[in-house]
Amino acid sequence: MKPAKFDYVRADNVDDACTLLTEYGDDARILAGGQSLLPMLNMRLAQPRVLVDISQTAALNFIRVEDESLCIGASVTQASLEWRDHLATELPLVSQAFPHISHFPIRNRGTVCGSIAHADPSAELPLCLLALGGDIVLRSKSGARRVSADDFFLGTLRTAREADEFIEAVRYPLAKPNQRFAFEEFSMHHGDYAIVAVAAVADEAGLRIAVGGVADRPASQYWRSVSGNNIGTLLHDFSASLDAQEDQHATAQYRRHLVRALGKIAIAKVLR
Amino acid sequence: MKKINAAERAIITLQLNGIERSGHAEPRMLLSDFLRHELGATGTHVGCEHGVCGACTICVDGIAARSCLTLAVQVDGRRVDTVEGLADRDGLLSDLQQSFKRHHALQCGFCTAGILMSCMDYLKRVPNPTEQQVREMLSGHLCRCTGYTNIVDAILDTARRRAGT
Repeated sequence: MKPAKFDYVRADNVDDACTLLTEYGDDARILAGGQSLLPMLNMRLAQPRVLVDISQTAALNFIRVEDESLCIGASVTQASLEWRDHLATELPLVSQAFPHISHFPIRNRGTVCGSIAHADPSAELPLCLLALGGDIVLRSKSGARRVSADDFFLGTLRTAREADEFIEAVRYPLAKPNQRFAFEEFSMHHGDYAIVAVAAVADEAGLRIAVGGVADRPASQYWRSVSGNNIGTLLHDFSASLDAQEDQHATAQYRRHLVRALGKIAIAKVLR
Repeated sequence: MKKINAAERAIITLQLNGIERSGHAEPRMLLSDFLRHELGATGTHVGCEHGVCGACTICVDGIAARSCLTLAVQVDGRRVDTVEGLADRDGLLSDLQQSFKRHHALQCGFCTAGILMSCMDYLKRVPNPTEQQVREMLSGHLCRCTGYTNIVDAILDTARRRAGT
């Protein structure tokens, strides 16, 4: 349980990080909070030649409101967001999800962007980003580009990020006054990765449901008219459409059951 | 831009419980191993080495963190607090430690150092937690002896006494 050897570089600014990624590509890994990367290094599931530490890069430590979104920089810890004043009004869905995200000391170091970059299909922050229709800012030497959460997650630990890019920021759309939000999760133990997690966002026009932990990436569905009469059918068809995975914790069938059960609870909360 | 090559044993200097200490570390050395093997500070325990058990929790610049998920090179020049720094120089236990003793909140003691360090940070931020908040915080620490009830009691008692109620 010790990492294989790697070079360590502390990036002072964004240019340093871009230069190193251009030089090393897939042989380099970004170290932000390290709360997903260090376990992978310790178990030698990842063996990069170079770690590029951006955890103390001041230029990436920002949270700002921009284009009606909360734009969160790459070195911002989950705790900095969690303890932000007014998070419950700015991002009610993320605020509801926080108690489910791992544990207190892990959130102290783990970063928001790191969770998105890691792209675990059970993780809460990618699920919230998808449910809210947020996007990801990818930075490389040749500039920055934005990718929507819909297009970013490609599969288990796989994303649309190119080898010379890193996530500079993620943008969570701010809540509008007419929107309602609910987050429900089932896990084996408080703070564990979700077996299934469900996020629901509703306004007068319709309802978006997003689920994590079921397939190899979070999935979402939008319905224009949802009522007490058709919830059961809609959830049944949605759960059947998912490519549910099976592992030591739960069968695919049980995961689909949880989508229907947790979906019903979450939808009831936002239709109220 | 600071670079340390894979085979290089860099000198890491930190403030350990208020005292400046130095040791050597390759980039891949975990802070937990640096504390125990380089600095001889064996109060910090190592359990799972992937962030699940919480035994190795310490504070970096006052913030609770897993020392098994932190590299020694990341804390160069920073303040690290471990369980060895909780009692005063005459060995008088801190209020939190005394409360753990009073409530029988430990048996084998393997998880205790990590729990104490999480509490040091948590009670500063949430001085009057509810039982549910304490249990959520403790979800990051595996204790196989106590069943947690006495740990919860000890933490709530500490918070009450600090508030003077």
